[in-house]
Amino acid sequence: MKRTDTSNPDYFHKVVDCQWGCPAHTDVPEYIRLIAQGRFDDAYMVNRESNVFPGILGRVCDRPCEPACRRGRMDEKPVAICRLKRVAADHRGDITDRLPIAPDRKNGKRVALIGAGPASLTVCNDLMPLGYECTVFEAQAVAGGLMRYNIPSFRLPPKVLDEEIGYILDMGVDIRFNHRVASMRDLLEQGFDAIFVGSGAPRGKELKLPGRYDAENIHIGIDWLESVAFGHVDAIGERVLVIGVGNTAMDCCRTSLRLGAKSVKVMARKPREFFKASAWELEDAEEERVEIVVNHSPRAFVVENGKLKGMMFDLMEYVVENGRILDQEVTGEEFIACDDVVLAIGQENAFPWIERDIGIEFGPWEEPVVDKATYESTRSGVFFGGDAAFGPLNIIWAVEHGHQAAISIDLHCRGESLRDRLPVQLQMDSRKMGMHEWSYSNSFDPIARRKMMHVALEKRFENLHTEVELGFDAEQTAQEVERCLNCDIQTVFTDSLCIECDACLDICPVQCLTITANGSRDNMVARLKAPVLEPDQPFFVSGELKQTARVMVKDENFCIHCGLCAERCPTAAWDMQKSLLSFPQAAGYGGASTSSEPPCQQRKAG
Amino acid sequence: MTFIPKPQIDLPGQHENDLGLSLRDYEGSLSTLCAGCGHDSITAALVQALWEMSIRPEMLIKMSGIGCSSKTPAYFVHGAHGFNSVHGRMPSVATGASAANRDLICIGISGDGDSLSIGFGQFGHVIRRNVNMLYLIENNGVYGLTKGQFSASADAGSTAKNGTVNQMQNINTVATAISMGVSFVGRAFSGDREQLVPLLKAAIAHPGCAVLDIISPCVTFNNHEGSTKSYAYTREHKKQATETDLVPPRAEIKASYYAGDTHPVRLHDGSTILLKKADPDYDPTRRNNALAYLERHRRRGQIVTGLLFIDQNVPDMHIQSRTVATPLKDLDYRDLNPGSAALEALQRGMK
Ligand SMILES: Cc1cc2nc3c(=O)[nH]c(=O)nc-3n(C[C@H](O)[C@H](O)[C@H](O)COP(=O)(O)OP(=O)(O)OC[C@H]3O[C@@H](n4cnc5c(N)ncnc54)[C@H](O)[C@@H]3O)c2cc1C
Ligand SMILES: Cc1ncc(C[n+]2csc(CCOP(=O)(O)OP(=O)(O)O)c2C)c(N)n1
Ligand code: SF4
Ligand code: SF4
Ligand code: SF4
Ligand code: SF4
Ligand SMILES: [Mg+2]
Repeated sequence: MKRTDTSNPDYFHKVVDCQWGCPAHTDVPEYIRLIAQGRFDDAYMVNRESNVFPGILGRVCDRPCEPACRRGRMDEKPVAICRLKRVAADHRGDITDRLPIAPDRKNGKRVALIGAGPASLTVCNDLMPLGYECTVFEAQAVAGGLMRYNIPSFRLPPKVLDEEIGYILDMGVDIRFNHRVASMRDLLEQGFDAIFVGSGAPRGKELKLPGRYDAENIHIGIDWLESVAFGHVDAIGERVLVIGVGNTAMDCCRTSLRLGAKSVKVMARKPREFFKASAWELEDAEEERVEIVVNHSPRAFVVENGKLKGMMFDLMEYVVENGRILDQEVTGEEFIACDDVVLAIGQENAFPWIERDIGIEFGPWEEPVVDKATYESTRSGVFFGGDAAFGPLNIIWAVEHGHQAAISIDLHCRGESLRDRLPVQLQMDSRKMGMHEWSYSNSFDPIARRKMMHVALEKRFENLHTEVELGFDAEQTAQEVERCLNCDIQTVFTDSLCIECDACLDICPVQCLTITANGSRDNMVARLKAPVLEPDQPFFVSGELKQTARVMVKDENFCIHCGLCAERCPTAAWDMQKSLLSFPQAAGYGGASTSSEPPCQQRKAG
Repeated sequence: MTFIPKPQIDLPGQHENDLGLSLRDYEGSLSTLCAGCGHDSITAALVQALWEMSIRPEMLIKMSGIGCSSKTPAYFVHGAHGFNSVHGRMPSVATGASAANRDLICIGISGDGDSLSIGFGQFGHVIRRNVNMLYLIENNGVYGLTKGQFSASADAGSTAKNGTVNQMQNINTVATAISMGVSFVGRAFSGDREQLVPLLKAAIAHPGCAVLDIISPCVTFNNHEGSTKSYAYTREHKKQATETDLVPPRAEIKASYYAGDTHPVRLHDGSTILLKKADPDYDPTRRNNALAYLERHRRRGQIVTGLLFIDQNVPDMHIQSRTVATPLKDLDYRDLNPGSAALEALQRGMK
């Protein structure tokens, strides 16, 4: 194998699996260390730079970082990355003086944004400080999109939304509430320099079975949640069936319980292993005694005299092999009585208000044709992001789309090519303090993941708005931060210094280092000290070592970043260095009309 | 100053030996030697060898004298017995322990200073007595612990770190051991684990005094240019005379092992040392051939490694002294102390 090119930012980035897994590349270990030091403001700002809504995401993020977290490879459960984000947000002081500021003198460019969801808000966050005039058209009377009126307030309190959305709108965003854009053609004629479509995926999927339109008590999940959020609905029948097992379904059952339902069943067509909901959302719903019924496929709504009586289901049996359904069979039927049915079987984006003859192309499923790197549609100057771009995703993806679209809008408005995007930058910095001293907590703490405390069940249902999760207390926080392995404190190897004494190989507690003859990857796998269990994790391979022409190989998979290899190396061939990755944002492209960088761009390494 | 212990992490995919123990169960406390010291590497090789051989920690006794090398018994098999004696006196304490409990597996760890200067006399006699032990010399050419003075194994003409040239002739451990009548002697290098581990296993299995002279660079005082015991010098001048493998009792010996120059040596416990000659004109079973070979290569400036001499027929201490087959601790008190009548009978016989 050739020497690994560690100057390519991707190499060290992949070692920080949480950051690699996060769509917005939040510098997780950095903020966890800041929390450990009690620097909540700094931790919040590190978060805000990449994910814009730390308080919101610290509660409801889909957390793709957690399954990726390497701590989960050695003691089953990953670091509670998301909970710690909330700690930073809950304990921050007044950070308003560190927020980006929009300059008084504008740059003369006007951007229109449709929808005030997280995608559009992120675009505003990135463009306002550069002097852009942003006009947001929002159909509702409040900002936040689905975060505001679909995610229930017992998971995400309005105060948190108000604060973080306020940080952006207070820069002087021109937001027009109760303004539904009805025609893209009309909007195009208003002379904006760019248009961003952040209108989400607002259409809930239908279940067109017999009886669907014969009774009133059948609801579309996302519309129903919206009505609850806006106070139009405040009650539901005693027995509720929720169809579907995604996250929306979980919110529907938990909301039902708070509106008076006594028995809530989630009806699933397939066995549990095929559920779409995140494990923690299922757990939370089950804790509230929601019953999950598997292998029931809806067949008909049973309505008598215009009144919903229940639903008829086919009982299913599946042949499952290696996580795939090979065959299925209907083995019987079952009637389940209920007063209300909530349909939560998915949603899609829909653009009845975009004319089809104005250069914005749509694909075969009526989805807009959007460039995956620039987020531009087929019409120059019109961009898509969030759920509107590629169908329903989640908040953190909407944020990342917003960042990328902001870069494109800035390039577009300055007449530059959208493909001229800045590379990710990598900066390495040693963390050595002394003989056995590193400027990070390098010891391994075997403690298990801390458990989130919840409000007692009886208390929970009294009020629709009671936040269920209490957040980590000081002790839990202090323990959980130590579980992070500091994967960004990288082991950096200098080939020419190694005298092949084997000290690092012997001290490594996870046996991830080997000195061996060079060869093909497959050939070397067999010779490594520990078995290779994560084939996707790249190896580090050094150049030829001076004395024997063998190479140093490191399997990054289990490294716990303890620094013992570097402590044991007599020649400092290993060093522990922080890899600081900078992901370009619109502000870095030189289009700023302000003279100084906004404070959130001034990164400090902790 | 922070100093963290090596974390204990149970990883998927880890192996266990026949006793159900993991490699980590054969480790000791954290080494306080200089980072990069050859001695630590030998410790790791011992951990590997003892784990592979599934030796019960409580059946192991670790003996040493004084020196950095003599500190190393603390760094492997924390569940074993041990005795850290005075400078150069490890052999006599080991002899006593072995006499009292012949079932113990005895590993003595010494340095070139400990064995070739102050303990030279003891070194000779433990060989002659053929005490059943592994006698390991971690040879770095200096007194490491006392800051790098030349030891008796330093080659004439080699220089100390401060430039002083060594004028005295060196003691060749291997040749000395052979001329003292050793039953098993080999040389290895701390930086070549693949050669070292099987050699350690063969030496532990050998029923007699197995001496291993292991070049073990002192990274702090003797790893410079001008040293003949540095990592770089040893790698450049090393010449492997034999390759060793230990086949445990009952394991099948594949026919392929006998191919070419491979020579099996069957041990009393049923295991077999397979000796493959890397150099065809070498015969590790004949003293004069071995000594001549060593001398020839010394003149060429080469460091000969491998199992260099073995003689299965030298009787060990217990055979020589016709001692009882049972460890003394397992004997009945009446047998151990037969009383005054028996003593009188004995004394009468001596009149
Ligand atoms: C029940 C439910 C629970 C969820 N839970 C989570 C969760 O826990 N974690 C998570 O990360 N994600 C969750 N999501 C997904 C997440 O809310 C969305 O992915 C995210 O909000 C998408 O952001 P967006 O900016 O693309 O659009 P949206 O948030 O959908 O915002 C779009 C906005 O555009 C407005 N709009 C639409 N059309 C027009 C128009 N023509 N003119 C003017 N305004 C218009 C809408 O009123 C809305 O305010 C959940 C979704 C649902 C339905
Ligand atoms: C009786 C006695 N004399 C002298 C010493 C001082 N002393 C300590 S270690 C040592 C030499 C150790 O050299 P070696 O055995 O080669 O061990 P190394 O440190 O090189 O591994 C000496 C002379 C002593 N401890 N006791
Ligand atoms: S251990 Fe810490 S740095 Fe490593 S992946 Fe998990 S959260 Fe990220
Ligand atoms: S930091 Fe070094 S010693 Fe520690 S686990 Fe990683 S490679 Fe092994
Ligand atoms: S400890 Fe240092 S010198 Fe020794 S093998 Fe490892 S990297 Fe090389
Ligand atoms: S002084 Fe030399 S022999 Fe002693 S521990 Fe240091 S490197 Fe090893
Ligand atoms: Mg010495």
